[in-house]
Amino acid sequence: MHFGLTATIEDPETCELLERIVQQVSTVVLGKEHATRLSLACLLAQGHLLIEDIPGVGKTTLAHTLAQVLGLGFQRIQFTSDLLPADILGVSIYDREAVTFKFHPGPIFAELILADEVNRATPKAQSALLEAMEEGQVTHEGETRRLPEAFFVIATQNPSHQIGTFPLPESQLDRFLMRVDLGYPGRSAERALLQGSDRRALIHTLEPVLDVARLMALQRQTHEIHASEALLDYLQALLDYSRNAPEFHTGLSPRAGLALLHSAQAWALMAGRTHLLPEDLQAILPAATNHRLRWASNVQGTDSSASAHLLAQVAIP
Amino acid sequence: MTLVQQQPPSAAQMHWLCASMALVIVPHLTRLPLWAGISFALLALWRLGIAHGHITRPARWLRVFLVLAILPAVYLSQGTLFGRSAGLTLLTALAGMKLLETRCPRDAYVVTLLGFFLVITHFLYQQNIAIGLYMLLVVVLITATLMTIHGHGMSLTPIRRLRYAGILVLQAFPIALLLFLLFPRLPGPLWGLPKDAYSAVTGLGETMSPGSVSRLGLSNAVAFRVEFEGPPPPTAAQYWRGPVLWNTDGRTWTGGTRGPTHRLSQGNGDGNGIHYTVTLEPHHQRWLFALDLPVSTPHGSVINEDFQLFKRKQIRRRLRYRAHSRLDQRPRNISTLSAARALALPNGAHPASRALAQRWRQESDTEQAYIQRVLAHFRQQPFYYTLRPPRLAGDTVDEFMFSSRRGFCEHYAAAFTVFMRAAGIPARIVTGYQGGEYNPVGEYLIVRQRDAHAWVELWQADQGWIRVDPTAAVSPSRIELGMDATIPQALGPPLLGLADNAAARELWRNFRQSWDALNNGWNQWVLGYGMERQRQLLARIHIDSRELTDIAIALIVSITLSLGLLALWLWRRRAPSDPVLRLYGRFCHKLKRRHIVRGPTEGPLDYCQRLVREHPRFATEVTEISRLYMDLRYGSKQVDIGLLRRAVKAFRP
Repeated sequence: MHFGLTATIEDPETCELLERIVQQVSTVVLGKEHATRLSLACLLAQGHLLIEDIPGVGKTTLAHTLAQVLGLGFQRIQFTSDLLPADILGVSIYDREAVTFKFHPGPIFAELILADEVNRATPKAQSALLEAMEEGQVTHEGETRRLPEAFFVIATQNPSHQIGTFPLPESQLDRFLMRVDLGYPGRSAERALLQGSDRRALIHTLEPVLDVARLMALQRQTHEIHASEALLDYLQALLDYSRNAPEFHTGLSPRAGLALLHSAQAWALMAGRTHLLPEDLQAILPAATNHRLRWASNVQGTDSSASAHLLAQVAIP
Repeated sequence: MTLVQQQPPSAAQMHWLCASMALVIVPHLTRLPLWAGISFALLALWRLGIAHGHITRPARWLRVFLVLAILPAVYLSQGTLFGRSAGLTLLTALAGMKLLETRCPRDAYVVTLLGFFLVITHFLYQQNIAIGLYMLLVVVLITATLMTIHGHGMSLTPIRRLRYAGILVLQAFPIALLLFLLFPRLPGPLWGLPKDAYSAVTGLGETMSPGSVSRLGLSNAVAFRVEFEGPPPPTAAQYWRGPVLWNTDGRTWTGGTRGPTHRLSQGNGDGNGIHYTVTLEPHHQRWLFALDLPVSTPHGSVINEDFQLFKRKQIRRRLRYRAHSRLDQRPRNISTLSAARALALPNGAHPASRALAQRWRQESDTEQAYIQRVLAHFRQQPFYYTLRPPRLAGDTVDEFMFSSRRGFCEHYAAAFTVFMRAAGIPARIVTGYQGGEYNPVGEYLIVRQRDAHAWVELWQADQGWIRVDPTAAVSPSRIELGMDATIPQALGPPLLGLADNAAARELWRNFRQSWDALNNGWNQWVLGYGMERQRQLLARIHIDSRELTDIAIALIVSITLSLGLLALWLWRRRAPSDPVLRLYGRFCHKLKRRHIVRGPTEGPLDYCQRLVREHPRFATEVTEISRLYMDLRYGSKQVDIGLLRRAVKAFRP
């Protein structure tokens, strides 16, 4: 087993099931097992995922593969600078025969959305997506339409120093449960990639492991993972430190605290446990806080990330 | 976070630094030359300006020039580079320069250390409670500044930072107390104070001239305190004997008896009389004060023919001595030489007084009648007892007797003595203190400088030297009720108008007495804690303070003990109250003894996996214990804690 002793597994069925998903995705997305796990955890925790990296490292492939393996309806929206909110949400068009306006739902009405290069679009288009993410519904011309019950957004963004980007403001970054960095593949993974067949074609050969109903059942199960007092003590110690220590620009918000808890629950579920361990928090903390935690301006010349520093400073109570 | 440290101190840090340095220097301002205080303030402001980016740092040549300019400035204003005030001036100016050139945390640390040192310099001048408390606050502030420079606690509010610093200072208190109580006391001060430390001490002088006693009349400074071993004698009998004056040039009275010291022959050591302990404030003279008339010499002192007590050296530290006096005894010794001295008057001085004296003497049948007549003259003619007598320009006694008629005790004593001598009665002046204020809070008598007094002793062949106090004839209340009754404005700040309000006066008196009792305790137990007190205290716990090894052992044992207690307390605070956590802690401790240490951020699962990987020989036990622990601490199921207890107990890494 990758994480955890066999002795700690209490729910081997779920564990195996989720492990199979990871393995399936890994046949296409090579050498990105940890990122895959984090993405799956994010999905189980009913959160949205932000993948930040340079173009061409497999962001789109990862999203597409996940949708395929989980058996979710998949839509991709390529964000560009001329993208309009209607391109995301949908438009009403006059129907001559019915003599009425008919709503044509946009690509957002799918279970898994890939919002590609989200920071290339204008803030107006960005907020259309982010509002839909937050509310779980779309209001168009006074009429509210619910999005699918299982609704999951994977947004990718280019590093903000690249040309032609509108960086997401902090308040919008906070709406993503996690931010995952992919990075370059390892040497052996790259060799396999170079030798193997086309990834896009491979995706369609994969059999779905889950369907929407089973995924939602797993999401409910995630919420039931037990968080003991001792674990909440640790979580609060982390939050307190981030708020009181001078080396951080701003502390973690209560929403970030909930994000940590829910992602850790998903991580514990994947490990086949019915309760949380400090290790679960430690495993997901970098992904869940990297986009929320910034060094204070007087901290200079440090290579380590702020979240790694936070983990290193707070002892487990 | 070492990288944060490399930066120059931020504006906030400089605020703390400048504020604490300013507060430590403020009480010195009255002692520093004006330029030193101003230049310190300017240098600090300059540095603050730099911190805020308004001004640039001074160039190197300018800094060097300023430092070099300090030395001549100190020399010009103080006349020397050595000694207490020159040293203080130098230190203040250099502290300002160091503040100005602060550019990295290390400089800031140096400045705080200077601050701590400046705290100590205050005790070269004053050692009272107020300055002690103030310096305690300053120490807390400097400690908070140190925290601020170190970067820790930057996120705390200033109040919480100060609280934290206060706790740190408080934690040092037990050790400080032990060192204070047990550290071997030296007979003298640890280091000699510079000579100029003794200037400007008010007190009774060696000589008496018109105005020399009344000058003290408004001084509330304490001369000495007395604890009686029985009921205190009535105020009218409380004559505290000091220098005895024989010689006069017509204006100034000088000179006691020098020469061989006198061996006490009368009433030495019998059980009668009054026993009491005097705590004398340093007055930088050799003499002691004793109730008239001392019949034995306190330990380490001598007595002369005038029954004046002396130490061998100037009294530069507060001195405690036990004395024995009898109110009914009079000095009975006079030699022909001293009889002649007791009749001498300078040629040609006080002609009018002498003529009047001789006339009265001839008109009186006996010496007694003559004495009564002179006293009656003081009583019946319009003589006034006043603290502010007019200046006497010509012949002091004649002018006082016939024109001004306003005077303080020294005027009456001098005039009376002249009248006695002119009539052929040997007379001398005794200076000292009369009365005092009884403090019921601390059950002791406070004698202040304003209780300074002068009276006369006359030689009567059958009785010896009898005491006659001409002031009593003019102002009986001065002698019977003390100075407070005579000069009510001495009671409190005149501006408060307390003299009109009886209740407020009472309140003020109570407050003053409590405050003085507190000061007395401070003097006796903090400042007066010397060799003798230490010996008494240590004797109670059977330690002989003369044995240095004993003291060293006591010191080491008690400090180890207190550190141990502190460690125990910290450990108990750290030790978890949760039994599960305690058992797991024991498990980790057992491994720690095998040098397998769990990091503070290492979770139980990670630790377990590491142990299994690195030390497979006890994989089973470790896995079992870790699983039980994780279930107990983090799980939702009911697990028997006994299982974990037994497993941890049986675990032998």
